Formats: sequence, structure tokens, C-alpha cells
Amino acid sequence: MPDYSDKVMDHFTNPRNIGELSEADGTGEVGNPVCGDMMKFTIKVKDNRIEDVKYLTFGCGAAIAVSSMVSEMAKGKTLEEALKITNKQVAEELGGLPGNKLHCSNLGADALHKAIEDYMEKHGIKSASAT
Amino acid sequence: MKTINLDYAAASPLDKKVLDKMLPFFTEHYGNPSSGHSLGEMPRKAVAEAREQVGSLLGAEARDIIFTASASESNNLAIKGLIAGGKKKGNHIISSEIEHFSVLNQLKTLRKQGFEVTLLPVDSDGLVDPEELRKAIKEQTVLVSIQAANPEIGTVQPLEKLASIAREKEVIFHTDATAAAGWLPLDLKKTEVDLLTLAGDQFYGPKGSAALYIKRGIRLVPQVEGGIQERGLRAGTENVPAIVGLGEAARLAHESLTDRSEAIAAIRDELKENLLTRVPYMHLNGHPDKRLPHNLNLSVEFVEGEALLMRLNMAGIMVSSGSSCTSQALKSSHVLAAIGLPPELAQGSLLFTLSERNKVEDIPYITEQMESVAALLRNMSPLYHKFLKEDQINA
Repeated sequence: MPDYSDKVMDHFTNPRNIGELSEADGTGEVGNPVCGDMMKFTIKVKDNRIEDVKYLTFGCGAAIAVSSMVSEMAKGKTLEEALKITNKQVAEELGGLPGNKLHCSNLGADALHKAIEDYMEKHGIKSASAT
Repeated sequence: MKTINLDYAAASPLDKKVLDKMLPFFTEHYGNPSSGHSLGEMPRKAVAEAREQVGSLLGAEARDIIFTASASESNNLAIKGLIAGGKKKGNHIISSEIEHFSVLNQLKTLRKQGFEVTLLPVDSDGLVDPEELRKAIKEQTVLVSIQAANPEIGTVQPLEKLASIAREKEVIFHTDATAAAGWLPLDLKKTEVDLLTLAGDQFYGPKGSAALYIKRGIRLVPQVEGGIQERGLRAGTENVPAIVGLGEAARLAHESLTDRSEAIAAIRDELKENLLTRVPYMHLNGHPDKRLPHNLNLSVEFVEGEALLMRLNMAGIMVSSGSSCTSQALKSSHVLAAIGLPPELAQGSLLFTLSERNKVEDIPYITEQMESVAALLRNMSPLYHKFLKEDQINA
């Protein structure tokens, strides 16, 4: 088992915001079982803000902690703010990730951005910053 | 918290009898077996006795046993040592897709040096088809190296048949018996192999204790050059305590091999039955019957191995996994790929390896924890949710 920070262990042990929003405004999926990690983010948007966010994750301890952290970071943010969340920031918020987990498991921000872009596309909003 | 180790192949405690036998050789009989004076006498005798004991475990002569420091070293001496030894009739080597990396990585190197390597496939249970071996052997084949049993999926190969085909075709046959030795009867008088690898830490002996059986007449080139220890095949002052420990572990294994294996297989089978009945969507990997008595490999569908491993660890249960996230190289198990397991099932694989310390009384707790951990992780798995939706549609 890799050496995970206390923050990672906390989010792995008690993941926040698990699930799938039934009438989501936006959905974003990344990863596949071959690489070992998959994430599906669903969001509810109200007045240009992320009112609710949930995720489903298949993956290692880091992937689960990353998903949980991203959901916390995104909640309540405007779409523009949420689009600025980077995978690097997520890793930092988690007190760092083991080197070999930085790329494969750290996909949470990508999944979130995909969900936001899905929402924007459905509503004909042009994204200022592409992922 | 209660802890239950189910990862004994990674590391096992020494048998107390083994430790007792080793201890005097650290402080009292610390001499060098090569010394001409009396301090060398006890260690020399002890090494000779250990050689007898390892020989007995295999049905071989003591003088055909060479001590090394790991199964990886033995495999390197067997393969590289043989290939380096003089002119050969050809440059073709046959092995299997599910060998240990200490075999596969050597073959990769040899391939770069111009050798032709054939890796035989295995069926969905992990068995090598002897007829495939027969077909693969050609005029240029100089070595066949196929493991006796697989440490990960536990499948036991038809060693006698494979070895006899190599013999018939006059090709040298090496077997990596690291996972099998001490657990399965290996009688080299019946199963005639030319080279065999074993390691003491797989049957309650010390880490850093291993051996290579070399049939008389097989010429190897030492991979550690220096003094003439171990018939000049492996230089370096003997690690007498480790060798003594390996000998004693071999003696104990030989003495009670059948009882030991039957007792542990009974616990393993009970664990298997409980898990497969109580936890839905679990699959057995490896051969249902032809497998190591202390090995169980299961895939938990829809979830990933490292998360399982971490959750079980929180409940005091130690297991191992073939998922990519649990490997340093971030690659899922080549063995599970070779038996054709789909990636999502390979990612959710769990390896249980038992020892005589495991108790049948712990099985209900293990099963209960597996049930709740699997349910918890499935609840957050996109694959599981997708499956449930499709299931609903189909219904």
C-alpha cells in the first residue's frame, strides 16, 4: 500500500458526496478499467453556480480521495471558478499524492470539467477555458 | 484490533524450530565453513546436513544442491548460467507467459542478445498444454523453463508430462518451483528435471535462503564469480544461518508435507466456499482443483483491488492484489492477462495466501468484512451502477 497522507486517508475512509444525481444538468466521465481508474461526475447548476455535485468512482485509494476532494472544492463555485480547478491543486489540497499516482488517479478535475462542458454545450454557453 | 494475515506468500514467520536451529550459528558456531581450523568444522557439517535435507525434500542427492540467496538468483544461475556455458546447438528458448519476472526479464534480455524466445500461452485456468510444448520444440531449442506452480493463481502445471517431453526431445528442462516446493510432493526420481529453483521463505524458512538443484552433467557458468564455494558455481562466504534454516525448513516440510497441505487446503476451501456464496459477483481465478493448497485468487467484480486491499486492511485483514494500482510499475498482473481475464476483473483481483497460522474460526469475520467492503465500494462504482441499470432493462 502506498504512503498516503492523512488527508487522503480521511477522504478515502469517509468519501463525501458519493452518488449520481438523478436529473443532472451535466455529466462527465473519464478513465477506463484498463488503466484502473474511472470517474463519473454529475452536477446540478443554478444561477451559474454548481449547486450540487456527486460522483461514482472505480479506482484505487487515491482515485477515491481525489473524487471526494474535487466534489468538495467544486460545490458552490461558479462554473468559471470550477473550470479553473486543476488536478495539481487537488493533489495539493490532499496534502500531496505518491509520485506514481499523480497522473493515473488524479483525474477528478478533468471529470468535473467534462461535466461542466456538457452543461454548457446543452445550454449553448461557450467555454472560455477548455480543459 | 484483530489482525488476520492472508498474505503469507509475501512473507511468512519462521517456524520456531527453524529459528532455534539457526540461532547458534550467529554467535556460537559462527565460523567460516572454508576455514582449516576447528571453528570451521561445525558450520561445515551444518551446511552439509542442510544440503542433505534439501536434497531429501526433492528426492535428489545432496551434491546436486547449490545454495543461493533468493529464488531470483537461482533462476538467474539456471538460465543465464546455462546459456553462457559454451557453444549450444541453437538459440531458441521456450518458457510460458505466466512465469515470474526473474525468468521473464532474463528472457527479454536474451531476446535482445539475439535469442529466439517462445512464451507458451496458458488456458483460462492457467495450464500449459504439453502438446503445445511438443510443437514448440525445434532443432535449435536449448532450454525449456516452465514453473511448477504459479504463485499468483495457484495453478499447478503437469510438470512430469512437460519434463518428459523435453527429455524425449533432448532439451534441458528448468522448473521454477518456488511456489510449489514445500507444499507439493516433488520427487525428482519420478519427475526428471535438469534444473529446479526453490526458496526457503515460501515454507517457513528464512528470507534470503534459496537453492538450485542441478542435475549431474548439466554445465553452468557461475553468475557470481570469486571463490570456490558451492562447487565454484556461486562465490561468496556461505550464509550459514540461512542455509541451516533452509535445511531445517525443508526437513520439516518433507516430514509433514501431506498433512500440512491437506490441513491448509481444508481451510482455504472453506474460505473459498464462504466468500463465493456470501459475496455476490465474485469469480475464482486459476484452476479449480489443480492448485497450490494455500492459494486462493478471487476477483471482486465492479471494484478495484487497491481500494479493496486498503478497506480490508482497515478491518485488520491483509491481502494482496493483481491490480495495476497495487504494482510499482502500475501494470496489472501479466498472469491474469494471460488467462484472458478482462481488465476490470484483473483490477478487482484479490490474492489470499494462507499459512498454518490461519484459523477456520476467522472465516466468518473475513466473509463478513468482504461482504461489507465489496458492498461499500460497489455503491460508489460507476461500473456497478451501469450493471444495475442494464440488469433492470433486461428484466
